[in-house]
Amino acid sequence: MPQYQIGPKRLVVGAHYGLKEWIIQRITAIVMVVFTVVLLVDYCVTGGTGYAAWSSLFSNQFMKLLTLLALLSLFYHAWIGIRDIWMDYVKPVSIRLGLQVLTVLYLVACAAYAVQILWKV
Amino acid sequence: MVDAQQDFKKDKPVFRNIGLAQLIHYRLPWAGKVSILHRISGAVLFLLLPFILYLLDQSLASEQTHQAFQGLTSNVLVKLICLGLIWCFLHHFCAGIRYLLLDLEIGISKAESNRSAIIVFFLGLGLTAIVGLKMFAIY
Repeated sequence: MPQYQIGPKRLVVGAHYGLKEWIIQRITAIVMVVFTVVLLVDYCVTGGTGYAAWSSLFSNQFMKLLTLLALLSLFYHAWIGIRDIWMDYVKPVSIRLGLQVLTVLYLVACAAYAVQILWKV
Repeated sequence: MVDAQQDFKKDKPVFRNIGLAQLIHYRLPWAGKVSILHRISGAVLFLLLPFILYLLDQSLASEQTHQAFQGLTSNVLVKLICLGLIWCFLHHFCAGIRYLLLDLEIGISKAESNRSAIIVFFLGLGLTAIVGLKMFAIY
């Protein structure tokens, strides 16, 4: 076995992104859980289902930033999850790479849309 | 040596990944059911992100778009799609929290993790039912 194949039994590969992404997926999940709780509590306290009550929730600068953080967390979280799906089910490298690139572009576009939505209010 | 190895390999049974036809008959444990539904619900939420963001946009942009939003979401078909998305969110949420607890080594025994998987499965459905009944103004 050539020297560069580290490990006694098989080729060991990797760019050390596994653990980092694993942790990020958990951290972004926690951010989204916190946001969900804050939004629910805020909604219940403010009450009312009309436009005025709903839009005043998001006109608050703190809530805007928290919503943006939660949405950015969502997009990063979705990237890791969808990347895992492509890695599990799509074997040809060219198709997989293509799908991964499309996923990233799609999520970046979603992020831009999210910023536009929040700063219109 | 190599020939001997190859002969030996020929006699060995080969286990491939199970095929699509076998999947239907494959009985997953509760944790497995919750896991694949976690993946499917995540994928659906991902695919419908533009629709979700569009609804948020319409509900927030102005008084007029908010009225259009209320008109759109009073459609029965749209309501059903939203209810589907709400199940996806609630299931993904509950199953995700179960995973976070498992990561902290809470409830990792076989019996406990089986029980928590059953709880997550029915909690997702139950919460969706509560929202659904509210949406269709049953209470």
